[in-house]
Amino acid sequence: CAGEEKRVGTRTVFVGNRPLSETETYVAQRFCDNRIVSSKYTLWNFLPKNLFEQFRRIANFYFLIIFLVQVTVDTPTSPVTSGLPLFFVITVTAIKQGYEDWLRHRADNEVNKSTVYIIENAKRVKKESEKIKVGDVVEVQADETFPCDLILLSSCTTDGTCYVTTASLDGESNCKTYYAVRDTIALCTAESIDSLRAAIECEQPQPDLYKFVGRINIYSNSLEAVARSLGPENLLLKGATLKNTKKIYGVAVYTGMETKMALNYQGKSQKRSAVEKSINAFLIVYLFILLTKAAVCTTLKYIWQSTPYNDEPWYNQKTQKERETFKVLKMFTDFLSFMVLFNFIIPVSMYVTVEMQKFLGSFFISWDKDFYDEEINEGALVNTSDLNEELGQVDYVFTDKTGTLTENSMEFIECCIDGHKYRSETQEVDGLSQTDGPLTFFDKADKNREELFLRALCLCHTVETKTNDAVDGATEPAELTYVSSSPDEIALVKGAKKFGFTFLGNRNGLMRVENQRKEVEEYELLHTLNFDAVRRRMSVIVKTPGGDILLFCKGADSAVFPRVHNHEIELTKAHVERNAMDGYRTLCVAFKEIAPDDYERIDRQLIEAKMALQDREEKLEKVFDDIETNMNLIGATSVEDKLQDQAAETIEALHAAGLKVWVLTGDKMETAKSTCYACRLFQTSTELLELTTKTIEESERKEDRLHELLIEYRKKLLHEFPKSARSLKKAWTDHQEYGLIIDGSTLSLILNSSQDSRSNNYKNIFLQICMKCTAVLCCRMAPLQKAQIVRMVKNLKGSPITLSIGDGANDVSMILESHVGIGIKGKEGRQAARNSDYSVPKFKHLKKLLLAHGHLYYVRIAHLVQYFFYKNLCFILPQFLYQFFCGFSQQPLYDAAYLTMYNICFTSLPILAYSLLEQHIHIDTLTSDPRLYMKISGNAMLQLGPFLYWTFLAAFEGAVFFFGTYFLFHTASLEENGKVYGNWTFGTIVFTVLVFTVTLKPFLKQQRMYFIFAQMLSSVSTWLAVILLIFISLFPEILLIVLKNVRRRSARRNLNCRRASDSLSTRPSVRPLLLRTFSDDSNVL
Amino acid sequence: MAMNCNPKDEVDGGPPCAPGGAAKTRRPDNTAFKQQRLPAWQPILTAGTVLPTFFIVGLIFIPIGIGIFVTSNNIREIEIDYTGTEPSSPCNKCLSSNVTPCVCTINFTLEKAFEGNVFMYYGLSNFYQNHRRYVKSRDDSQLNGDPRALVNPSKECEPYRRNEDLPIAPCGAIANSMFNDTLELFLITNDSDPTPKPILLQRKGIAWWTDKHVKFRNPPGEGTLEERFKGTTKPVNWPKPVYMLDSEDDNNGFINEDLIVWMRTAALPTFRKLYRLIERTDDLHPTLPAGQYYLNITYNYPVHSFDGRKRMILSTISWMGGKNPFLGIAYITVGSISFLLGVVLLVINHKYRNSSNTADTMAF
Repeated sequence: CAGEEKRVGTRTVFVGNRPLSETETYVAQRFCDNRIVSSKYTLWNFLPKNLFEQFRRIANFYFLIIFLVQVTVDTPTSPVTSGLPLFFVITVTAIKQGYEDWLRHRADNEVNKSTVYIIENAKRVKKESEKIKVGDVVEVQADETFPCDLILLSSCTTDGTCYVTTASLDGESNCKTYYAVRDTIALCTAESIDSLRAAIECEQPQPDLYKFVGRINIYSNSLEAVARSLGPENLLLKGATLKNTKKIYGVAVYTGMETKMALNYQGKSQKRSAVEKSINAFLIVYLFILLTKAAVCTTLKYIWQSTPYNDEPWYNQKTQKERETFKVLKMFTDFLSFMVLFNFIIPVSMYVTVEMQKFLGSFFISWDKDFYDEEINEGALVNTSDLNEELGQVDYVFTDKTGTLTENSMEFIECCIDGHKYRSETQEVDGLSQTDGPLTFFDKADKNREELFLRALCLCHTVETKTNDAVDGATEPAELTYVSSSPDEIALVKGAKKFGFTFLGNRNGLMRVENQRKEVEEYELLHTLNFDAVRRRMSVIVKTPGGDILLFCKGADSAVFPRVHNHEIELTKAHVERNAMDGYRTLCVAFKEIAPDDYERIDRQLIEAKMALQDREEKLEKVFDDIETNMNLIGATSVEDKLQDQAAETIEALHAAGLKVWVLTGDKMETAKSTCYACRLFQTSTELLELTTKTIEESERKEDRLHELLIEYRKKLLHEFPKSARSLKKAWTDHQEYGLIIDGSTLSLILNSSQDSRSNNYKNIFLQICMKCTAVLCCRMAPLQKAQIVRMVKNLKGSPITLSIGDGANDVSMILESHVGIGIKGKEGRQAARNSDYSVPKFKHLKKLLLAHGHLYYVRIAHLVQYFFYKNLCFILPQFLYQFFCGFSQQPLYDAAYLTMYNICFTSLPILAYSLLEQHIHIDTLTSDPRLYMKISGNAMLQLGPFLYWTFLAAFEGAVFFFGTYFLFHTASLEENGKVYGNWTFGTIVFTVLVFTVTLKPFLKQQRMYFIFAQMLSSVSTWLAVILLIFISLFPEILLIVLKNVRRRSARRNLNCRRASDSLSTRPSVRPLLLRTFSDDSNVL
Repeated sequence: MAMNCNPKDEVDGGPPCAPGGAAKTRRPDNTAFKQQRLPAWQPILTAGTVLPTFFIVGLIFIPIGIGIFVTSNNIREIEIDYTGTEPSSPCNKCLSSNVTPCVCTINFTLEKAFEGNVFMYYGLSNFYQNHRRYVKSRDDSQLNGDPRALVNPSKECEPYRRNEDLPIAPCGAIANSMFNDTLELFLITNDSDPTPKPILLQRKGIAWWTDKHVKFRNPPGEGTLEERFKGTTKPVNWPKPVYMLDSEDDNNGFINEDLIVWMRTAALPTFRKLYRLIERTDDLHPTLPAGQYYLNITYNYPVHSFDGRKRMILSTISWMGGKNPFLGIAYITVGSISFLLGVVLLVINHKYRNSSNTADTMAF
């Protein structure tokens, strides 16, 4: 019921659906009811809607047409022959879809019929969840899920907060605190809440889970209305669960399909695999073959019939009606008849088999114990089974850095206060730290500065404490655990603890910190200036116990340095850069004292901005910008993010498999670069091309400089790779490797340059450079830019298959954008895993997922598809040839039963089993030799070549079947009792040979048949012929395979010895990593 | 495929399920099937495995082929064309339709005696029994003795369904065009005795058992066959109604074996159909001794209008059926090719191995 046009503007909700005052008349607004409908069909529209959707498929529609032709025109085969398989296919699909929809209905009902309590006229009323209207006051108890999106009015706690876990929404299992508006905190009984007169103005439903803008106007006793701002911290989302709070009251603002959850799970677009495109292309080829055959037969029929005794011999006369029909009409129906006769050349059951293969095959991924991770007690998860084979076709891998290549388990390494270095004691073992060990620990910086710095670390964050046992509320430090959405902050707070400053938690808006002298200091938290990816910093404004107002700010160096006094930067900057090169994540800490009257102004501005209904984000940002200026830099921190287990090996394997790996990260260039070296994305020999703000100096000539650089790099690369892109993969092994580094601002410069024609030009050059580089690192990327890059690569010439892997919410956009999205079940929540097509616990699993599973799935599906076309051509070709011997009379060679059952029973199951279990190369070999992956890249097995190979084999075999039997029939009798066979026996022999051969083709198994057999079985020579014909038809392929194997073996031998000699001379040994990093950077910085 | 979760997850658009009830370990089972480590035998087609196969196939196929070829060659077969289009043919006179009934006689000599059971076929050429209009022009339920279909034959039989408002039994083009030449065989024992000795031709045992006992039945009912076929008329081209095809009751009506054989439509436009059996009398005398024979033909069946030929074939039969050189030759050919390719591949393989060996030595 939520139309697009409704999404703009605001809505007004009257709490409890009561008019604000007697004078105003209450106009009931119409909103959605609280019913969730995720099902596609109802009982009534299932049949027509489902049929309509199924017949939109080319193959199904084609068979429907054939069926209709058979019903209307006099055709050689009965409508059953194509009707039954079609019916079977449609029924199976309908049952599958119906079952899925029934499950959806059941789940919907479970949600819609659950009981909720609503406060009406000061009484608690029990209702079904779907009856909730916008404006109802809802009571929710602990551990219940919210039935719709609610604005928190009051809770049983005195401070009007409640704890909520949004695990089912975004996977973050930590408790989040939500707040009630100050004025309604006290209303925590049914009676008192009933007395509330208030109206909520808020925006129309938006899908963004973390954004909400609204305002509540509270009318108490005919006085002036009090307006309070509402933000996401006041909005309880449907689907989240109430924790650690006995009960809350809230007013429903969005219901049913307008809730943020429902909006979020709609419109996930379906991804289609490239194999399906190949199938459609093949279908068209076969359709063409079919039409040609029918046309040839029709023509020849009329040529043959021009002899009168052929047209109508005395023994076989036409009916009067047949004689009277117009010749043109006759020709047309003849054409249709031939089409019907040969229609089985299009495999009807292929889609069903392919779908079944995909569905069943995907279980192997979730069953794989190598993907199981002890830590999170989970294995891989398959969200879409449609893309299995796409895993074997990936050309580009886009990976996030933090949490994907690295563990995202942060450890505080060191800090620097006013340029003096402090190392955490635990790091003593490290060789470097021995020189400035614990002895020199504290006498470097001024004591006050030190404490200020540590206080800043303790205060400037959004960490929450969780005491393991909340009953006594004791602040026993041992039981203190920190919870936060950002692991960096936890690492920092823990780091401060090591130096003696312990954050004890929030209580009534006071932040409690225990200092080195075991005294508890309390700071009043006035404002939090939240972190976001654009600002790359966060601040808090606190009031010290002494009454001073301080602002603490921490953020990325690039975000902080411009906002502090210049003279302080130098020392810290050197430190930060060195740490960044070591691969640490660095943050700078600054502070500022705010004069009381200044604060009043700031306070007013902040509240004003927070109250804004429109453009709140922009306004807030502007205010933040104003506040965070003229700060004093205190120091910097560095936190280490360890590389994930086997990340480097995985990247190397992917490289060896011919994939291009791009790292897209929001992190600093230096940090990202060192991580890239550590995980061997860049080798020692890799020459780096940089397109960053550093290389393009800040000046008006930015674009010109950029242009120069682009041209220069292109020249360099073109000189290196004069050959085409195809040979590039091979070239990698021998040639100089190039790596490209680009950052967010340069990228946006390239993509959105001022002059249109020029920007297009930039983009092209940039793409050319990208394609020639083995590895690309994009740092300082905003989430949207990640998706932009993916889209850009996706639209390259030849439309390469892209894969994105990431773990956080900021990767969701690129995961959705790429062909295959892989989520890592990481620490930053489950959003990425939820939106992905496949999710795995660790980055290293990508190797087996692509190299083994992807490869196998691709080979399997390719064989399956080729085989389907092959077997149907084999099947129909004898029928076509038979027309030459029966006067082009459309006499079917096979009995109707064979025609009907061939695809359904006789031949589909063996290939299905084959396509599920086939392992042409052992899994271990596949994972250990990544170069095998290159063999199937570019959809190699479904190209024209293999397709023609299969087609010609099919043609050969079909011809053997037919002519073998034809010559066999030139005898008086095939039986020892001298009896004679008829035309149906002919067809059955052909069919027997066909089924045997087609089944033997993928593996040695047997199939049985029925009836006319009884007679045929008794004939020895029939059997001999069957054996012979099977052998003849399989013969050329055996021969080809053998020849190929002989060649390949010798080729491999040659390769082996060449590689052996190579490895002696050129292969560099694994170099000491960090050493290399330093020397490399020296020529860039 | 959210196996650990509500199935709603796997379909698009469904709200997520609440996690829970999944406390137990989700470690996948370590079974051979789930880990895709099922033991498998794969016929790896390499030179090592295929070369012996080629030789073995060659060694098996060639003897089989020779065996078949010899067996086929031992089969005696004689074919006599009696179409009569050549002016010299004794049956030339029967081409004009004014001589009825037309009887002609053809002399022939058997050089060697035919041992064992001898089968007599008639063969037709350029006769499209497999034409679709022809093949479907029959009513199987009528032939199976269904009383309703007997008086009301299927529409498929058109235009041979009714004649002067009476239903035709058996209806359809196939039955209507049933072969109706009569062939008789005489042996001229010696030149001195001019009276030829007639050869006994068995009319029964020429149809498939399933056809004779399952597919074809006379209409049920009491009384003679004629009464049971009451209300029907004979096919237009037939001289006699269906109940007068034979004198014996178990070979009359729909279960007349000549009819049954004819009704099984041939696969190709040139075909043979079994006409009569000549059973072996005793072990001492050959069934058909060498000598002079003459074939007595009552010429009824017109084929020259569609450029067809008529033949009479006498053939003995082996375990593998009638004379068929194709199968033997094919086996020998395929066997030889297989063997030859085996040799060629062996040479190629050997050469490659040698050359790569030299490459190895050169590289090091």
